[in-house]
Amino acid sequence: MDIRKVKKLMEMLEESSLGEMEIIEGEESIRLSKSSNIPTQNLVNQIPLPASIETSKSQEVSQSMNEVEEVAENISGHEIKSPMVGTFYEAPSPGSKPFVSVGDVVKVGDTLCIIEAMKMLNQIESDKSGVIKAIIAENAQPVEFNQVLFIIE
Amino acid sequence: MIKKLLIANRGEIALRILRACKDLGIKTVAVHSEVDRDLMHVRLADESVCIGPADSRESYLLPSSIISAAEITNADAIHPGFGFLSENSDFAEQVTQSNFIFVGPRSETIKLMGDKILAKKAMNDVGITGIPGSKGQVSKDISENKKIAKEVGYPVLVKAAHGGGGRGMRTVEKEEDLEEAIKLTKNEAKLAFGNDTVFIEKFLQKPRHIEFQVLCDNFGNAICLGERDCSMQRKHQKVIEEAPAPEITHEIREKMSKLVTDACKEINYIGAGTFEFLYQDGEFYFIEMNTRIQVEHPVTEMITGIDIVRQQLLIASGQKVGYTQDQVEIRGHAIECRINAENSETFIPCPGTIDQFHAPGGPGVRMDTHIYNGYRVPPNYDSMIGKLISYGNNRDAAIRRMSNALNEIVIGGIETNINLQKKLILDDEFQKGGFSINYLENKFKKENGSK
Repeated sequence: MDIRKVKKLMEMLEESSLGEMEIIEGEESIRLSKSSNIPTQNLVNQIPLPASIETSKSQEVSQSMNEVEEVAENISGHEIKSPMVGTFYEAPSPGSKPFVSVGDVVKVGDTLCIIEAMKMLNQIESDKSGVIKAIIAENAQPVEFNQVLFIIE
Repeated sequence: MIKKLLIANRGEIALRILRACKDLGIKTVAVHSEVDRDLMHVRLADESVCIGPADSRESYLLPSSIISAAEITNADAIHPGFGFLSENSDFAEQVTQSNFIFVGPRSETIKLMGDKILAKKAMNDVGITGIPGSKGQVSKDISENKKIAKEVGYPVLVKAAHGGGGRGMRTVEKEEDLEEAIKLTKNEAKLAFGNDTVFIEKFLQKPRHIEFQVLCDNFGNAICLGERDCSMQRKHQKVIEEAPAPEITHEIREKMSKLVTDACKEINYIGAGTFEFLYQDGEFYFIEMNTRIQVEHPVTEMITGIDIVRQQLLIASGQKVGYTQDQVEIRGHAIECRINAENSETFIPCPGTIDQFHAPGGPGVRMDTHIYNGYRVPPNYDSMIGKLISYGNNRDAAIRRMSNALNEIVIGGIETNINLQKKLILDDEFQKGGFSINYLENKFKKENGSK
């Protein structure tokens, strides 16, 4: 992706009143968001909370953890959280059908996704029966401990 | 040069490592448990990853969570700090097998030094003698053990081979108690360290704890940064440390420097390390080697002007130790008081929220801490919340500065051991210097006795 294009997009977002924007151009996509200001106490006001995870794997520019939490908060239901640190995969192998999609009915014990850690693929099972209301985590993106992956109702 | 480093620790040492990284332009990844989101180094790090719940066994002590975090952030290296996994040879091996640089010695070295019996033997082979005792682990035959103990002379100490930091030891005053002491210590060792190997050592009556700091690179260079006296201890935990050690002459220092650096070269040691000795009647007895950065490293930094954590990072990046032995100069005197979130009299840990914090400063005063106004000290980890270090041209000057700094520091909202430290700095025996590792406990016994 052309860095000048990215810079221009960043400037545009900064000047606008938009909170975030996503642009998809054929194979390439970029998503930009303004991180929200979380008030902190006393001395530590000036120190911004860092981006929780930044990787060179994708073109995305700093997705803030708070933003993901906000999205999850807006949807009600039981949160399936990651029990470990690793990379989230929605399907058993690249190109194959995802384990679940929004609207699927799942039972306790059904495999919802894979989290890869230290070259091992761990199947993450549902601890609740219900309907997949939302898939919060993104395919091939890193996740930390207790990060929300799915919402089940 | 390492480009991105993952700090596999928390609290004060994590901040220390972060500062060294920033000094060198190394990007930082802070891993933290759920209750540690607001740690100062987490806020300052370039990236942070939550690796588990508050329980260390599922976060800071879980190799897979730390290595996974390194993978997803594309870190090059992992610094283990002290405690936690820093002296876990399996972790060191997993780190290197996963293609990350482990900031520390090779896993074989960590393994060797982690077994007190093997370490003692290895040191003996290079001329560093340990405390007289059994050649290896205790015999299955109690009469054999009684023979060894008799030769060594009572009282003796039954010690766990995989213990350390003062844990897994039992004193035996007379022969009749030996058999049971061995059984009990074996049981405890199995529970605490997963290994019930124990050995016997002579119990020294009035030793001082004197340790030597080394820095070694991958090119066969090893230098010694002098010694520290850590004799002010309570239940084998250090309370006050200082450098240099009172009464240790330049000649003694030179002799010990040569011994420990030769040993480092012999065992191919890489990185920062500390040789711990008990010193009694002019003799040094090797007890163990710590294959990591230590809590009390600042006092050595103050008297040598050498940044030990920075050197760790440079050495791990494949560079040579930044100084020759001739360039190491000991100047002045430094003292460190550990600041713990605990009651000064009962020593009961006191977690909670700090609502007032003022750090002392000025020439010769250094405060290494992660706490800030509003910081909540969690109950899940050890109680050390900072270190106050003073430096002066001589010991008296360092004592004066420490006393003033202790009077200036403010930590409100939780209880701390600051009052105890103030008392100890003014204590007669402390001011004289040269007291033994039993001094503090005996002092408490006397004070409690007279109540």
